[in-house]
Amino acid sequence: MGKKLLTENINVPGIETFEVYRKNGGYASVEKALKTMTPDEVTEEVKKSGLRGRGGAGFPAGMKWSFLDRKSEKPRYLVCNADESEPGTFKDRYLMEKMPHLLVEGMITGSYALGAKTSYIYIRGEYMYIVRILEKAIDEAYAAGFLGQNILGTGYSLDLYVHPGAGAYICGEETALLESLEGKRGNPRLKPPFPAVAGLYAAPTVVNNVETIAAVVPIVNLGGDEYAKTGIGKSTGTKLISASGHINKPGIYEIELGLPVEEFIYSDEYCGGIWKGRKMKAVVAGGSSVPILPADLILKTAKGEQRLMTYESLADGGFVSGTMLGSGGFIVYDETACIVRNLWTFARFYHHESCGQCSPCREGTGWMEKVLHRIEHGHGHSGDIDLLVDVAKKIEGNTICPLGDAAAWPVASAIRHFREEFEYHVKYPEKVKNPKHFEVEPFVSEKKLEAVGA
Amino acid sequence: MAKVTIDGVEVEVADGTTILNAARQIGGDLVPPAMCYYTSLKDSGGKCRVCLVKVTQGSAKDPRPMPKLVASCRTPVMDGMVVQNITSPEVLEARKGVVEFLLLNHPLDCPICDQAGECDLQNLAYEHGAAKTRYEEDRRTFEKIDIGDKIKLHMTRCILCYRCTYVADQLTDGRVHGIMNRGDKSEISTYIEKAVDNDFSGNMIDVCPVGALTDKTFRFKSRVWFTNPQDAHRDCPKCSGKVVLWMKGDDVLRVSARKDQYGEVKEYICNECRYDHKNVADWTVEGPRHIDRHSVIAQNHYERTDLLAMKKEIERQIEFEKGKTLPEPNPSLTA
Repeated sequence: MGKKLLTENINVPGIETFEVYRKNGGYASVEKALKTMTPDEVTEEVKKSGLRGRGGAGFPAGMKWSFLDRKSEKPRYLVCNADESEPGTFKDRYLMEKMPHLLVEGMITGSYALGAKTSYIYIRGEYMYIVRILEKAIDEAYAAGFLGQNILGTGYSLDLYVHPGAGAYICGEETALLESLEGKRGNPRLKPPFPAVAGLYAAPTVVNNVETIAAVVPIVNLGGDEYAKTGIGKSTGTKLISASGHINKPGIYEIELGLPVEEFIYSDEYCGGIWKGRKMKAVVAGGSSVPILPADLILKTAKGEQRLMTYESLADGGFVSGTMLGSGGFIVYDETACIVRNLWTFARFYHHESCGQCSPCREGTGWMEKVLHRIEHGHGHSGDIDLLVDVAKKIEGNTICPLGDAAAWPVASAIRHFREEFEYHVKYPEKVKNPKHFEVEPFVSEKKLEAVGA
Repeated sequence: MAKVTIDGVEVEVADGTTILNAARQIGGDLVPPAMCYYTSLKDSGGKCRVCLVKVTQGSAKDPRPMPKLVASCRTPVMDGMVVQNITSPEVLEARKGVVEFLLLNHPLDCPICDQAGECDLQNLAYEHGAAKTRYEEDRRTFEKIDIGDKIKLHMTRCILCYRCTYVADQLTDGRVHGIMNRGDKSEISTYIEKAVDNDFSGNMIDVCPVGALTDKTFRFKSRVWFTNPQDAHRDCPKCSGKVVLWMKGDDVLRVSARKDQYGEVKEYICNECRYDHKNVADWTVEGPRHIDRHSVIAQNHYERTDLLAMKKEIERQIEFEKGKTLPEPNPSLTA
């Protein structure tokens, strides 16, 4: 069994209530931080822990905290990004639903470190029932004196609010989130200025993912150095992985970073192998935005080394033969899955969720979706594959926010690794008209067949 | 002050100037095009992405290049910054891509569009666009709607530059006009069929880079290149009263604000000047309007430098015939 830092007590009955959570060692980090540490010491511990943002980009959290403009006379804010909407990612929901007090505790400790007097949890509108769970937890924390004026008699005061969004993926981008929180249309802002200088209401703001804020609790409890002992290299601590797709045991697993990918997929402790005894075809390792990898490249890097569940190992090989850990949405496809159909589904999502502010993303995502729809339904022609590559290239890097990149990367990588499958769709339009075409007759690479024959 | 090099030309500009404005201080071909940026509208810019440039050196202190192409209209210059615009193939390629995206859902109905001839998208497509589209699907369409009794909205032509929403927000009070929906379904709209009704709403027409917002009092009256633009002014209690009269014979077909060489209005005008004084007698006409950027219009009219030089030469000849003086010959004509 791997070490669990966040979810150890998650199955204790009644852990969502304040009493049970407190009895199991809850709110110790608040007491420790507020009574024995200065705010800068807490930030220092987070820096030492090497904690990296769990929302997708993997930016060092301690560094982000230290960028916060502390000289400004404006109030400072900590905002929790609970707008989890990446296809394939559902870890924050689990954490907030089962252990709302863990997030509240992390918010109090984090706000103290940053000197915030008001903090917000921005949650996606579809999680309305979790809003109620969190609000109940916040009420309990107020009643117990962990929130409000003069917390635990230390003189530190904090107000914590939950703010539901209206159901837009783009509001998970931090500046769009802040716009939405201010009550405006959720369009991403141009950077610079970064939120650390001018964020919510133009005041210095830190925006962190739910899991990042929750990880502050074990960091303060254990100390940054002790936390950093879990994991490998620059990927420290544990990570929640939302495993889904064609596996025997889909679900949410807390893993120590550094676990081999092969063990994660095949061991009975985690995913338990591919369902129905089939073969694995491909894996999307970190939510729909990251490049898709074929089975051989996800288990071993291009250099032949074993691939591990870390930020560095998954990114090994760049975008040519690597991917990203992203938000930990681990989607596995077996041999009956159609990569083109899957890609079309992703493209449809990004087309639907583009905010429409900048031209490449607004027009390009729709274009890619239409071309993919055409190919998947047997109306594609030979130029379409190169057209897709070109459109993806023209979107990537030319947009205001990373949504354009997130839409372009899956397209570019799927064509890079599975070009033959796209060609098959163009070549045999009659066969792909059945939506379950590869279940009827799994795709076999003609090149590989030739190689075997020779 | 900051020194910045754009396409090999060095210029010194005030701190906080954007790359685009620094390039405009140099002028000429190296100025990036801009479809959404508008100097006098706060927060405008950064959206259309046609002004993307490459920063090969961030500043003298930190010479690292910027990892991505940046929107020149919103990126401030740093001392020692080196920028590539038309000298970078990467920038031209990206710009071509953006123009293709902008034209993807554009109806290309220039033959019946009132903006033709003074349309920024036309100029941009002429310079950077491909001759043929690669888009095979149906283009998105919208119904034409009236926003107020004087303005017509053709959402199909809109490129979502957001300029008009900033005008509605910053120039006038009582905001009832903004963007609805998301992605390529977004549309400019008023709040539940409300009319845009205030003294300065007409400026939305002038800031629109394409033919999405047109003046209903001018629609289908004339192609813009058949009109004769004259600078004129009147005493107006609400605005500067400085306008351009677009005339045909003695009739004033349209009144608009004066635009500079980058198509930007410097002094906004009120709706009374724009719509209610279509009589030459109401105005003090200053003389023909000099239009240099909107080439299609300029061709039919005044101040063509070659013609002016020829006119001067003829005058010189006449003076010579009269035997009064013998001035220097014009070197540009003898060469």
